[in-house]
Amino acid sequence: MSDGSFFQRDRGRHPPAYSAGYKSSILRSPTRAPISMDNTLSEMTGPVFGHHQLGPLDSDLILNFAKPGEMPVGQRIIVHGRVLDGNGRGVPDALLEVWQANAGGRYRHARETYLAALDPNFGGCGRVMTGEDGSYAIRTIKPGAYPWPNGPNDWRPAHIHFSVFGSGFAQRLITQMYFEGDPMIALCPIVRTIPTQEAIDSLTALYDPQATVPMDARAYRFDIVLRGRRSTLFENRMEGN
Amino acid sequence: MQRLPYLKESPSQTAGPYVHIGCTPNFCGINGVYDEDPGARMVDERTQGARITLSGVVYDGMDAPMKDVMVEIWQADAAGIYPGNDPRGNADPHFTGWGRKAGDYATGEWVFETIKPGRVPFKDGRMMAPHITLWIVARGINTGLHTRIYFPDEDAVNAEDPVLMRLEHKSRIPTLIAEKTGPGAYRFDVRLHGERETIFFDI
Repeated sequence: MSDGSFFQRDRGRHPPAYSAGYKSSILRSPTRAPISMDNTLSEMTGPVFGHHQLGPLDSDLILNFAKPGEMPVGQRIIVHGRVLDGNGRGVPDALLEVWQANAGGRYRHARETYLAALDPNFGGCGRVMTGEDGSYAIRTIKPGAYPWPNGPNDWRPAHIHFSVFGSGFAQRLITQMYFEGDPMIALCPIVRTIPTQEAIDSLTALYDPQATVPMDARAYRFDIVLRGRRSTLFENRMEGN
Repeated sequence: MQRLPYLKESPSQTAGPYVHIGCTPNFCGINGVYDEDPGARMVDERTQGARITLSGVVYDGMDAPMKDVMVEIWQADAAGIYPGNDPRGNADPHFTGWGRKAGDYATGEWVFETIKPGRVPFKDGRMMAPHITLWIVARGINTGLHTRIYFPDEDAVNAEDPVLMRLEHKSRIPTLIAEKTGPGAYRFDVRLHGERETIFFDI
């Protein structure tokens, strides 16, 4: 079918709704199978955002909350990569929203109770849109690990949350990026909701010396893949395909 | 053996309890970074169509309101065209089609000010009943949940909606239909887990 519908989601590669090791999922997981449905226009279309809607510091978490002339504490990093679709093509104009803890592992949030200090110069939110080839970059502080109330001694690995919009609402995705070499990844009950090591590895960003800015900021490479659209070789591609 | 060239979709991870920081920063007190939270306003004074207020609460398996939920809606304009990239043409320029709200910290309730959508065709050309797509994320939800909101004052067209018609367990259809609570006011409560569980779709 060449109808602009999306490739089916591989549920075996996503976390199941119920994951006993992640206690919050127990009462927040549907018990019945989701109903399969062909994509309609309601799923194939999606909100379109414009680069003009973003401010110049939106993608710079080092500066976008800092007081004038000040900066947050922590390791300066660049996170960059591409948003690709299942066909291997870059997704242009994809909106990425990110949020994270500060260098000490503390979130700026009313419900956060960890004793680590807030950083007066770090908000922890940012956003960026991809270019024509699907590429993006943000600048931030490497987040710290932090404890959370699940098991009696569970810690999250350092991570950055990503919310992603493609060209259709069926592509809507929220995920998390981890950092290469972090021993906390393999121990984390939320990471372990992901069924396969290969899929876990796909969320683990690699240190990228080529994109590192010498004497300034180290770089990590993080590519994100959204569902691809169906099309045939014999018809014009739907816009945004 | 050769390998197919397709890439695999990145796996989902929970939005967690601090989703507000990235998605609704002004709502959670992070002011001055974005002028306005994305998706906060869907209509302006010139938007065409019948204004509606759509509210609801997402409940967990113990019927407790989920106070850390974030929901998004996606819907057609009053003429049944999706804003943005609908291949059939341009939608009302005064309507965004997309809204995002965090649950209230105390009650879990979310409220959208929007318009009633027009009907949109199914793949085979039959018209679907007016509906709004609802996407739900929260701590404890590993992959965002998609469902649909239909309207209680559309019995005739709901009865011939191609998506509703093919549901095997008709007794569950009421979980997809909002309740009318006043003139232009609708309520759609979601139950994630248990006997009265809302229908979710694998789209």
